[in-house]
Amino acid sequence: MAAEGSSAGRKQRPIADMLHLPSKPGEKAYLAGYRCTACGAAYIGEGRIGCSKCTTAGKIEQIKLSDRGTLYVYSIVHQSAPGIPVPYISAIVDLPEGVSIRCNLVDIEPDPAKITFGMPVEMVTRKVRERKEKNAEGVEEAVDIIAFFFRPSHN
Amino acid sequence: MRDVYVLGVGMIKFGRYPDKDVPQLGADAALLALKDAGLMVKDIELLVCGNLFQSSSMNAQRILQQIGQTGIPALNVTNACATGSTAFREAYVGVASGMYDITMCVGVEQMGKMGLLGGGARSGGESVEGVLGSGLMPAVFGQAGVEHIRKYGTTFEQFAKVSVKNHKHSVHNPLSQYQVEVSLDDVVKGRMVAYPNTLYMCCPTGDGAAAAILVSADKMKQFTTKPVKVACSVLTSDPWTDRDLTMPDVNTLTRNAAKQAYEKAGLGPKDLDLVELHDCFATAELLHYENLGLCGEGEAGRMIDEGRTTIGGEIPVNASGGLLSKGHPLGATGVANIYEVVTHLRGQAGARQVEGAKVGMAHVIGLGSACTIHILTV
Repeated sequence: MAAEGSSAGRKQRPIADMLHLPSKPGEKAYLAGYRCTACGAAYIGEGRIGCSKCTTAGKIEQIKLSDRGTLYVYSIVHQSAPGIPVPYISAIVDLPEGVSIRCNLVDIEPDPAKITFGMPVEMVTRKVRERKEKNAEGVEEAVDIIAFFFRPSHN
Repeated sequence: MRDVYVLGVGMIKFGRYPDKDVPQLGADAALLALKDAGLMVKDIELLVCGNLFQSSSMNAQRILQQIGQTGIPALNVTNACATGSTAFREAYVGVASGMYDITMCVGVEQMGKMGLLGGGARSGGESVEGVLGSGLMPAVFGQAGVEHIRKYGTTFEQFAKVSVKNHKHSVHNPLSQYQVEVSLDDVVKGRMVAYPNTLYMCCPTGDGAAAAILVSADKMKQFTTKPVKVACSVLTSDPWTDRDLTMPDVNTLTRNAAKQAYEKAGLGPKDLDLVELHDCFATAELLHYENLGLCGEGEAGRMIDEGRTTIGGEIPVNASGGLLSKGHPLGATGVANIYEVVTHLRGQAGARQVEGAKVGMAHVIGLGSACTIHILTV
């Protein structure tokens, strides 16, 4: 389960369990993945029992994924379900651990002419929505839902 | 395993049937197939029904409630967009194994005006669609097309030409959901859904049903002098590939299926006279030219440019109009592809007939993933 973080006193929760938010100042958010210690195949997602590449069961360890990678491919979504702002870039980003991530590519125009295959990208986290939830004492409080995005990296 | 033949096929026009239900649509197709085969429902020893969205509703049994409750084994299968073709394969296995002499499959779906399709868009109660990329089919097949652009420099116009071709073919198919030509300009300037697929490069949703009757050699000889043989039936699932957790790989399992299909049938891509393949989006069709070995690696764009897959060309693809124009009622699609191939092999396809067709392939992909390939011969 991903750690919950806080900022300026507000409670934060990651949009997906794979995103681990900083629990104290100086820490960075990161994505957690899994690796098969028998063959080295890397995975994202939760609750993996065995390795679908080499078929070894029970040799799975959690790993911290890099926050930098390269753009593999993308699509620019112009039509989506109600409430989802368009257009946006749905991208597949390759990470050095040998696993890929599906994400929104941000801070770049959604135009094929502006997007380069293999371009270096880096992860950022942003608040995407908030929820009103009751805490342990039964008092309603606001919780920020934090998502990860990738954006072009220039260094 | 025994040889298996298609004795009868039936299909209703794909479209929208708000006043009917799934068993009724399936029963309509079943009766057409029985009539085509010259059989009665009491002749059928096994019924397999493929349906996706109402798969827990015992549709095979409810179809029998419409056409005759003979008490035969009836089973229901689901396999994403390969649901219908998996039903066909189960009916095939029933005869090939020697357990039955006459089996029937029905593929049926009622989607109405259901919108964008996709799954798994939630994580721990939070919706992630549009935040962590898109899991909806237009983006998935957009990305698959962009991968081809990245590898081979395929162009937006080349993908768009698939839609022009398939819509042109559909004009001569009275069972197609749409029977209207579109120009390259219409397709290119159409509303963008998910780059590089515009509206006309995405299959419609709709309702439909198709059925097929499969028989052993003995029964075939008893009922027809013009047999259509099932030269192979192949089903694959997706093997592990690098990015399959984030980007469904529609290529590898199709390549694996094609290799097995050609080996089992003792045929190669050059022997095919027509192909019905899974063009759920225009991008998918070009990928499958290469996956099925219809052309070399990276040559799919040139193949569509040169018109080699249009009726009258070297290897007509989707003479029916394809999923793009004929429609894609999910559970019905795989059986409808068989219907189309059989119709051509019998020389009954009218104005869209592929002249002298002797060998045809039906290919279907269901994301998740499943791939079927059937090669039929006369």
